[in-house]
Amino acid sequence: MNLVYINSANGLSKAALETVTYAKKLGADVAVVTNGGADASVLASLGNYGASVVYQDSSLDGQDPSQLVKLVAAAAQKVSATTIIFSHDLIGKAVAPRLSVRLKAGLVAGAVALPEANGNVKVNVFSGKAFGFVQVNSATRIISLLPNSIQPEANSVSCLVEAFDSQAGASAITVKATKKPEGAIPLPEAERVVSAGRGLKGPENWGVVEDLATALGAATACSRPVADIGWRPHHEHVGQTGVAIRPNLYIAAGISGAIQHLAGVNGSKVIVVINTDAEAPFFKAADYGIVGDAFEVLPRFTEAVKRFKAAQH
Amino acid sequence: MNILVCISKAPDTTSKIAFTNGDTQFDENGVQYIVNPYDEWYALVRALELKEAQGGNVTIITVGTPADDAVIRKALAIGADDAVRIDTPATDAYFTAMQIAEFAKGKGFDLILTGKETIDYNGSQVAGMLAEALELPFISVAAKLDVEGATVKAEREIVGGAQEVEVQMPVVISCAKGMAEQRIPNMRGIMAARTKPLNVVAPVALDALTTYSSYSMPAAKSSVKLIDPNNLDELVALLHNEAKVI
Ligand SMILES: Cc1cc2nc3c(=O)[nH]c(=O)nc-3n(C[C@H](O)[C@H](O)[C@H](O)COP(=O)(O)OP(=O)(O)OC[C@H]3O[C@@H](n4cnc5c(N)ncnc54)[C@H](O)[C@@H]3O)c2cc1C
Repeated sequence: MNLVYINSANGLSKAALETVTYAKKLGADVAVVTNGGADASVLASLGNYGASVVYQDSSLDGQDPSQLVKLVAAAAQKVSATTIIFSHDLIGKAVAPRLSVRLKAGLVAGAVALPEANGNVKVNVFSGKAFGFVQVNSATRIISLLPNSIQPEANSVSCLVEAFDSQAGASAITVKATKKPEGAIPLPEAERVVSAGRGLKGPENWGVVEDLATALGAATACSRPVADIGWRPHHEHVGQTGVAIRPNLYIAAGISGAIQHLAGVNGSKVIVVINTDAEAPFFKAADYGIVGDAFEVLPRFTEAVKRFKAAQH
Repeated sequence: MNILVCISKAPDTTSKIAFTNGDTQFDENGVQYIVNPYDEWYALVRALELKEAQGGNVTIITVGTPADDAVIRKALAIGADDAVRIDTPATDAYFTAMQIAEFAKGKGFDLILTGKETIDYNGSQVAGMLAEALELPFISVAAKLDVEGATVKAEREIVGGAQEVEVQMPVVISCAKGMAEQRIPNMRGIMAARTKPLNVVAPVALDALTTYSSYSMPAAKSSVKLIDPNNLDELVALLHNEAKVI
């Protein structure tokens, strides 16, 4: 059986559906293990994506990766898992490496596709400048899937939700405060991203960026200098030394397209570049380009999106 | 406070990425190595700040060959007290983490810091593996780090936000932007680095769990389609009908 760990604390994320879809496409039956108190009916809907059973430890809040690793290891033993799937998100990055040591199972971190015929798994390397093909030398393998690498796909099977006691012990980590901007789309999971750079001239000018993002249902991002000078929060910084993303649509306004910036975004399916300088290097990496002033183009873009959406209804 | 900072070499961010030997090996020709930025800018600098404020010792450790000594000296020039090199190529994350764990076991490190990932293999694996091997708590992707007595107060990134957490030392922490600012080594640091202790330690026998069997480059982009800045409806139509992304 294949086992998937998902975080269901805030309902079923797209990343969770992607990992279940991925596990189902590997061939074998899929078991899911999760923590927290999500409704059984919500968890049972994972059957729509191919999960036949969901093990839920509702007593675990999931704040300590050393507890989560015990949860996943116990479930792996229960179903004799041969492949264990995580999302390569902040929880996967904390738990999958621990599990690798605990089970002595090779970890493929940041997979971007299903395994090749020879079993090798494609991952992003050099911050998205290249791909590597990883061979796992152990009997059990762990794969963490980079968000947005495959689309959730319906594959209905009947799904049982069972209570599961992982006996994970006490948490060593005490949570003092949680800051979560309401309604914001987490950048690594976003399907559409509107990003801006130093060309925007100052933080007070970000309204045009946010308006387009809202119209598109997109997350916002920025170049490194913009985060460094404090115009935007650090977690929006994309690139080689920031977050690496691979949305379906990446719109970059007033960003020159330095190699370190491109490294983090060139996995995007479609790139739109808006820049006053026709020679900006970013145009070489773009699918669609607009040579123009972001302050004029972005509001027009927003209006055009609104017109399009209105016409769709 | 006894701090161990794990550092990795990484190709300079402007390096041309290419592969040799039938695309099975990274082509090191003309590549300049630097200290992996996350390890240097955040983990190492924050370790030094904590030491400067509270006293203690900062040891850096890498798993690598004599070719990596230059990168180790760079990190010593920034201010680490001493260095350890486990004398073997770092074959995969598991191998690397287990070598470091073997060294760190029983040495009484209060804090073990790493960067959140390397900019070449981007795995984000070594810190978590170390924590499991040493049976220590793990704070993954921390953007702030303070120590009060035996308590670590950190802020870690969570999906869609951030979280303030506390944990008792010893603990393993992977470090990200926000924790500290890059430091440029001065002449005195560079001179001092030449004579700081670099202890070369023999590896333990163990097998890697994964192998990179080959590499490939992304397909080249076809050339950009330019859109009239006065005709954004055309762009939206293309994004809908042609690119199918909205
Ligand atoms: C080790 C290292 C790591 C790095 N990591 C990263 C990283 O992770 N991410 C990252 O982004 N950078 C990174 N950088 C920095 C990178 O090299 C560039 O300096 C940075 O990306 C430039 O940011 P920018 O494009 O916003 O600014 P600039 O390069 O200043 O470009 C601004 C652009 O805006 C355009 N412009 C100006 N006015 C307008 C207007 N009104 N409308 C439209 N366009 C306009 C200009 O033509 C120009 O192209 C790194 C650098 C180093 C050395």
